[in-house]
Amino acid sequence: MLFKPIHQSYGDFSIERDPQRCIGCQVCLRQCSYGVHQYNDRLCELTQDESRCVGCHRCEALCPTGALTIRRTPSDFRENALWEPTYIKNIYKQAATGGVLLTGMGNPAPYPIYWDRMLLDASQVTNPSIDPLREPMELKTFLGCRPDALEVEYDGGVPRLKTRFTPQLELDYPLLFSAMSYGSINLNVHKGLARAAEACGILYNTGEGGLHPSLYTYGKNTIVQVASGRFGVHADYLRAGAAVEIKIGQGAKPGIGGHLPGEKIGREISLTRMIPEGSDAISPAPHHDIYSIEDLRQLIYALKEATDYEKPVFVKIAAVHNSAAIASGMVRAGADVICLDGFRGGTGAAPTMIRNNVGIPVELALASVDDRLRQEGIRNQASIVVAGGIRCSADVVKAIALGADAVYIGTAALIAVGCTLCQRCYTGKCPWGIATNDPYLAKRVHPDIAAEKLTNLVKAWGHEIQEMLGGMGINALESLRGNRDKLRAVGLHPAEMEVLGIKPAGG
Amino acid sequence: MSSWHFGKDISGCGLVGFLQRRGEGVNGGVIIRAICHMDERGNGLGAGFAAYGIYPEYKEFYALHLMYEDMVALSRTESFIQENLHVEHQEQIPHRHLPSIKEHPRLRRYFVRPKRDLSEAQLARGLWVGEDDYMVRIVMTINREIPGAFVVSSGKNMGAFKGVGFPEQMADFFRIEDYDAYLWTAHTRFPTNTPGWWGGAHPFTILDWSIVHNGEISSYGINRRYLEMFGYHCTLQTDTEVVAYLLDLLIRRHGLSKRLACMALSPPLWEEIDRMPEPQRGLCRAIRMVYGSALLNGPFAILFADSHSLVGLNDRIKLRPLVAAVAGDSVYMASEESAIRAICPEPDRVWAPKAGEPVIATLKEYAEDHEDRCQRASL
Repeated sequence: MLFKPIHQSYGDFSIERDPQRCIGCQVCLRQCSYGVHQYNDRLCELTQDESRCVGCHRCEALCPTGALTIRRTPSDFRENALWEPTYIKNIYKQAATGGVLLTGMGNPAPYPIYWDRMLLDASQVTNPSIDPLREPMELKTFLGCRPDALEVEYDGGVPRLKTRFTPQLELDYPLLFSAMSYGSINLNVHKGLARAAEACGILYNTGEGGLHPSLYTYGKNTIVQVASGRFGVHADYLRAGAAVEIKIGQGAKPGIGGHLPGEKIGREISLTRMIPEGSDAISPAPHHDIYSIEDLRQLIYALKEATDYEKPVFVKIAAVHNSAAIASGMVRAGADVICLDGFRGGTGAAPTMIRNNVGIPVELALASVDDRLRQEGIRNQASIVVAGGIRCSADVVKAIALGADAVYIGTAALIAVGCTLCQRCYTGKCPWGIATNDPYLAKRVHPDIAAEKLTNLVKAWGHEIQEMLGGMGINALESLRGNRDKLRAVGLHPAEMEVLGIKPAGG
Repeated sequence: MSSWHFGKDISGCGLVGFLQRRGEGVNGGVIIRAICHMDERGNGLGAGFAAYGIYPEYKEFYALHLMYEDMVALSRTESFIQENLHVEHQEQIPHRHLPSIKEHPRLRRYFVRPKRDLSEAQLARGLWVGEDDYMVRIVMTINREIPGAFVVSSGKNMGAFKGVGFPEQMADFFRIEDYDAYLWTAHTRFPTNTPGWWGGAHPFTILDWSIVHNGEISSYGINRRYLEMFGYHCTLQTDTEVVAYLLDLLIRRHGLSKRLACMALSPPLWEEIDRMPEPQRGLCRAIRMVYGSALLNGPFAILFADSHSLVGLNDRIKLRPLVAAVAGDSVYMASEESAIRAICPEPDRVWAPKAGEPVIATLKEYAEDHEDRCQRASL
């Protein structure tokens, strides 16, 4: 513990080990991938190096006698409203290493959370609320480009649809699992996502790491992603999914690319990503064939050509200041679905400064994009899917009322399989077996159990969404979609309400 | 009017309507007897009538019924009308002074058509889209841009008469017994948060569409935003307005039959659609996918009429009452059977239409051609 360099001296967590309860079984030692717990053979006792603890709570959760408690360390610097301990510790680290601060998961800083500033409506007296346990309550959702009007022809007096539709995705819930690449998370988690998507009638997204051969069977529930590194992209891959997503940006790190270190590129990942084993997988910040909107159009149509115009093409961007104008361009460039990833969106690795300071809340981006597409009369031409910090079914309902067609969940899905948001995904040592490819750790996630938990989560949220809809006296989700009358603001500035297009509560 | 465009009032109501299918005029006294039979359904804060076939001498002209809150609105609107429309005839809408109605707006009607020369000029600039579209724009512009002026109705050979009061008061005020019409609808209103505004009473109209409505449209927020994409702006502080505009959009502009438009407004459940045979299934799916934002959710019963038909429609789980009856060449629809029996004691048939299944009554001459093709489909 002692005589460490200064940047290792101030840990974030302290470990309390109750000697009355500890039986020296060493489960904690085996569970911790960061080497916090040590066993002293000579003294036959467990000790700990708290400076290494990331606060993942794995040891605490698995200690069979409940002997461990992980707390924020009580030791602290002198109070300073400006120089909070995080800033001091970060400077120690950078002074010691000269490096960029890295982190994982979404922006944790105390920016406003607009979901928590909006409240939902319910029926009283003048219209009846509907009980979803007794009455139908429809959540079916379609994604894709739709015509403004239908053409019908009559054949012997029988009406028949004349309009030909471009490809559509049909979802049983307004939810999809966000893009998380094979590599950033392991195959077991991917299998869990794929099986849950199939069981729930929704879709999951491969992320930019290609599609493992064992997952091709889940193709109709898969969105295959094409990102700037083009990892694992080939004709069969594009044809394997139900839709193709072009990833332009990610909410956690708008404007920058990705980096999967060579240590994580084992044989299977190397084969799937189509890069040499042990080589770094670097996704450039921009797509080097997209330097403007017309280039995006070319890529969209190249992918449509490659898939015989049978699959909708998604384009995903990070929510940034000018999202509305960008989204309009994306729709006109031929995107069937627009994905907006807010600044709370998760990541396997991002520079801390970027994650904590770049991008905007998805609530605001969603409201302005939906408004803009309506003003331009092109809202029917593309669906909107939002991502980035959707924590519960109420957030989903609020997103849909603001104008989203469906919602991507990523962090919530990982939490369902055990993630505790310790934000150290980039180390590859995830003790919960999620963001790691170390076989010893990865086997902590069983694909079937992961699938069951994810399925439970989707179904639970589905029930809750139905309850909220029924409370509003609405029995089909499309009547909530873009229905901002169902939202009221509390504690928001008029300028924010103007952007969100909602009235103050009580008004 | 509030600057927030969320205004929607909430009300319970009674409605009644009938169509004489041979097109013969029926005196207004009949509809008055029917609507006044449902006193429990109104609270005196709004009532109105729509009548078809009442201006045969001006049947080629759009009859604009206008309501003005002050002289400024009147003079601004009249100069706007003079500028954009040819006015064949104009007059005050006849009304009686009643002690029970202390205040009422100025009421005038104009029989108009778009100016021919204007149409050519606009055609050259690519703005001309047909007389009906032009009239829709005129109505939208008056309602939106001239404070204190409201277009009550704008169809040919029809008119709406409405205001704040019980239906018998409104009938008396507007001298409804002076009109003979082959198609009547009437409404009595029980608003819970009314601004006590004459424009807020039913029926709501656009061109020759008129709507009377009992219910609350919980999907109003998205219906309104959907209509805005197509140039309709809701200004009348009531959810019923969206129904009028949706019908205009789906039927007149998108060319859907009334039956298919009703399906868009009150569609079958997915579990029903999944059991349907093709091509019905594909068509229903497409309607729900394309017109999801037009779905009217929440409890409602509506009657909507145009110059050749009367249609009754319930919400998809029938949360408000609607009864229909047939007697000879007349078709009746009302919130309560009592209203029908009051004017037609022995109908041939009385029934309660099922949730989401429209009752479509058409003029006989009309049914024989166009309607057979479009409306009598097996849907």
